[in-house]
Order: sequence, then C-alpha cells, then structure tokens
Amino acid sequence: MIEVKDLHKAFGDVRAVDGVGFTARDGEITGLLGPNGAGKTTTLRMLYTLMTPDRGQVLVDGIDAAVDPLAVRRRLGVLPDARGLYKRLTARENIDYFARLQGLPEDELRTRREALVQALDMGDIADRRTEGFSQGQRVKTAIARALIHDPGNVILDEPTNGLDVMATRALRQFMLKLRAEGRCVLFSSHIMQEVGALCDRIVVIARGRVVADETPDALRAQTGEANLEDAFVKIIGSDEGLAA
Amino acid sequence: MNAIQPNRVRRRRAFLTVFLKEVRENLRDRRTLISAFVTGPLLTPLIFVMLISVSIHRELDKAEQPLKVPVIGAQYAPNLIDALKAGGIVPQPAIANPEQAVREQAADLVLRLSAEYPKAWRRGEPVQVELIYDSSQRDTGSSVDRVNQLVQSYARQQGVMRLVARGLSPGTAWPVQVARRDQATAESRAVLLFNMLPYLFVLTIFIGGMYLAIDLTAGERERQSLEPLFANPVPRWKILLGKLAAICTFSTASLLICLLAFSLVGRFLPTDKLGMEINLGWHFAANVLLLQWPMIVLLAALQSLVAAFAKSYREAQTYLSLLMMLPILPSILLMVMPVKPQDWMYAVPLLGQHLGIIDLLRGTGVAPLHMLLCLAGTAAAALLAVAVGMQLYRSERLAISG
Repeated sequence: MIEVKDLHKAFGDVRAVDGVGFTARDGEITGLLGPNGAGKTTTLRMLYTLMTPDRGQVLVDGIDAAVDPLAVRRRLGVLPDARGLYKRLTARENIDYFARLQGLPEDELRTRREALVQALDMGDIADRRTEGFSQGQRVKTAIARALIHDPGNVILDEPTNGLDVMATRALRQFMLKLRAEGRCVLFSSHIMQEVGALCDRIVVIARGRVVADETPDALRAQTGEANLEDAFVKIIGSDEGLAA
Repeated sequence: MNAIQPNRVRRRRAFLTVFLKEVRENLRDRRTLISAFVTGPLLTPLIFVMLISVSIHRELDKAEQPLKVPVIGAQYAPNLIDALKAGGIVPQPAIANPEQAVREQAADLVLRLSAEYPKAWRRGEPVQVELIYDSSQRDTGSSVDRVNQLVQSYARQQGVMRLVARGLSPGTAWPVQVARRDQATAESRAVLLFNMLPYLFVLTIFIGGMYLAIDLTAGERERQSLEPLFANPVPRWKILLGKLAAICTFSTASLLICLLAFSLVGRFLPTDKLGMEINLGWHFAANVLLLQWPMIVLLAALQSLVAAFAKSYREAQTYLSLLMMLPILPSILLMVMPVKPQDWMYAVPLLGQHLGIIDLLRGTGVAPLHMLLCLAGTAAAALLAVAVGMQLYRSERLAISG
C-alpha cells in the first residue's frame, strides 16, 4: 500500500507539486491521470525516493520514505519515465544486474527471471543485446527488471508511452495480472481510455494539485457526464494536454 | 542473527555487482578497449622511443660524420685547413654570398679567412677567422661548436709554439685553467632525456580511465539509466565506489601495459652510446606502480567529478581533454625553472610522482621518507576527491536527465 500525504515540491519559483495526497491500495490499480506537466512524474519520483519532498510524507507499507528510503525501495518495483537500459548488455543481463542490486540469491534470481521472461513473452529477445530493441521490447525488459525482486507495490510512469496497439494490450493484461496477484499497482497516464479501462480508482492531478480521487463510475456520476473524457475536461477545467 | 546475515551479504554484493557489471559492459565497447589497452599505453612508449632514438642518432652522427663547410680564402691558411681536415671537416669551395646562404639554410655555416691572413700571421699579429651562421637554426649549434673548437685548439697550439720559440713557458699565457669534473653518472645523464617519462605515465592512466569515467556518469545519465539504477535499495555512494573501482581497474591495466612496453622497448634504446644507463626493468615498473596507485584513484575520482558536472557525453569529453593538460604542469615547471627538490614537494600530487620517477631513473631510488610523503599526500587528495564525489552523488539533480 502506498500512502501519500500533502506532498510539496518546488523547482525555483515553479511549484511542480503543490499539496498532493492519495492512497493506492493493495489488489487495486490506481491511475494517476493528468495533462502533461501536471506534476505526475515529480510525484512519482518522490515516491521512489529519487527526490526529497519539500513538505509532506510518503508511506510504503507503513514505512516512511524519509526515515528508511532503502526499505521503501526494496518494497517498490519502479518503471521510471526514463527506461534507460544498458545497451551493451543482453536483456537477461540487464535483469540480473538489478536483481543482484536488490540482493536476490542466485537460485531465486534464476527462477524469478525465467518466470518474468515467460510472463512478458520475451523469450526470443532475452539473450540479445538491448541495443536496437523496439520501444515495446525495451518496456518489457524494463518492467521485468523492475519486478525481479517480487515487490508488493508497482509504480509505472506512463508505461504505454510509445507502444503500438498489440504491445499496449499485452501490457494492460499484465497489469491486471499484477492486480490479481494482490499487488498495489500505481501508474500514471495522460490517456483517458486506458485509465478508464483499467483503474479501480482514479486520481486526477492538475497544476500540482489533486482535483479528483474517485472510482471511474463515481467520477461520471459526480460530473454528470456519461463520457469519461467529458468528465475529465470538466474536472480539469480545460482540455489542454489530454489525449483520447 | 538471522536477520543481520542477509543484510551483510547484500551489502558486500552491491559494490561488487556494480563493479563487475561496469567492467563487463565496457569490455564490450571497442572504443574503450582500444583507448585503454592499445592506443593509450602503447602509443606513448612508441613515440617516446622514436623521439629518443632519432635524437640520439642525430647527436652521434654529428660527432662522427665528416662535416662539410664552405671555406672562403682557404688558400691563405693551408696549415689551419689541414688542422680542420684532421678534425673531420671537409672544406668546400667558396660561395659568393655566405650571409644569404646561411639565412636561406643553403649552408649550416661558412668559414671566411681574410686576404690579410698570411701577412698578419707572418708578423705574429692576431688574425681574425669569421664563422658565419644563424643561431636561430637549432640544428647548426653542434656544427658551429665543433668548427669553433677546432679553430681554438689550433690557435692555442700555435700560440704555445710561438711562446716556446721565444723561450717562454706556455703557462705564462694561461694563468688560470679550468678543469671540468663532471659528477654526472651514466644514469643521471639519461634523466635529461627522460624528463618526459613521468608525464607519459600519468597520461596513460588518464586515457586508460577516461572513457569509462565519461560512460559511467555523463553517459549513464544521457542514456537515462541512472534514474532506474538509483531506484534500487543501494546507497548511492556504494554505486559510486563500484564505478570508481571499475575506472581504476582499467587505468591500472593501462599503466601495466605501458610499463611492460617500456621495459621491452627500453632494451633497444642506444643510450649506452651516449654514456647513459637506463633501467626500465621490473624493479622500475614495480616502483612506478607503487608511486602511482593513489594517483590512479585520484584521477578516477577527478574524472568522475568532471564528467558528473557535464550535461552530456560530448561536454564531458571536452572538459576531460582540458583536464588532461593538468598533469603536464610539473614536468614543464621543472623544465623551465629547475629547483632543488625539497621534501615537501614529494607530498604534492603529480609533483611527488614526477620527482619520485626521476629519482628512480637517476638510479638512486626513492628515499623511504619521500615515498611515504608521496603516497600519503596523493592518497589524502584522492580521499578528498572521492568524498566530494560521494557528496555530489547525493544531489537530486544528478540522476535527472530531462
């Protein structure tokens, strides 16, 4: 479970995150929706302790990220906005590197890795160097790398960015599987269809603030719009930066 | 107990994991390999040996080979010409405009005897012999000296004979005589030539680690892999230490190859012909390695620091090539103003290594105190640089590329 309380983060005069708070529960998919530049990535970066909030608190499974960041990172699987694979290493070697940094014993590493390679259907690319991988192959490798230590909480920053239809569908299935396994899945997106189709709960962020935190049905009811897209536009107050 | 054990294992592995991964990844990069194991360590010994050989052979050639000198008015002083011929000078026919010929480098030097020569000689008066040359032509220096010395010794010999003919002791004309007692040993003479060597070693270390240092900080950030890396439950300073260890491994390998090349190639240097002795064998290599190890760490940390400040791979490359100029300073400084080495100088990074290697070349060996000062001084600087690097790695902005 991930609890976020009143997060603030400013870069100079720009208040990128200005009082964001929400809870992402286990066994649920929580979507962080907002236009480009709303503060989604900065919020997530504070969750996985890459950045320190100016104010506010992050709790992962009840552990304060400011007190024990290493324990928090051990409980998180992170797919950052920057996928950043090592192109001179094969997909398997990329995964192994992170597994060892997570401190996985070698035998467990092998079983976990092969299970993920199968689940993500990447058997044919696993022993190729990642240089020249397609966007979809890159995301798969990065996700396998992020989940190698079997984390209870999964953070995905714009996971479907740049993927084609088939890859997007496969990824959605995979996220549903993670939910079925009882994990807490938190992902950010600016694509409404995706959020509407997948999420148990939607947190809408605009201009660094949470403007809505509801189930998709409740959002529709609250705004009086049958169509989710119209509901979002109404909440955010403009349709700037949103994609269908 | 059970709770502590896995943590300990995990900790040791993080450093090793980063180190092994960086080494493996960079062993797959052709550019890094070539610069660390071929061009860096081998190019410098080759160029060095070529330069030394060429300059040695040139000196030898000049001393032994007949020297052709155009002489104007040779017919006035047949005895002087004979003396010059005995000294290996081959008189050439006179040329019309000697000043111009020298300026245009058609001739290195020209000897001119005036028509007054025979008359003055018979009267026992001093006569003038003109040497026309251009001292801005560096090449002609030794030829001019050679002709000058031959003329001088001929003059002295004739002077002695005149004094003896008048019944005087030759000593009256030279009340003071200089006796030169050169204390240079065969090894210390070689040092002049080998002054560049300490810089070449530092350069080799620098080039050996350079591509790694760029790749592991600026490169990793540019490829955006630093952010996922930092999401792992490993303190950043441990990641930095693993990376530094990888850089040091490559630069040490580079230095070893370079030392090996020097020890092989040193045997073919014709230094003995100049009365020099140079020993670049195992003893020398081991001592250089000992002197340089804190320098290896210091350079790795400095390179990482500079690369971490750069915004991109290219920018890091530019900064690092500027930083490469730094190690040449002690060599140049000592060449321009030769000072007597003081104890404290050994504690200064770069300068200490320079003096230490010169001591080794001189054949005296490095005094234990100097070795200690050199190691301690550079190690302190290296620790400081690593500490600054660790601090820099804690910065939030380091990981973020966008």
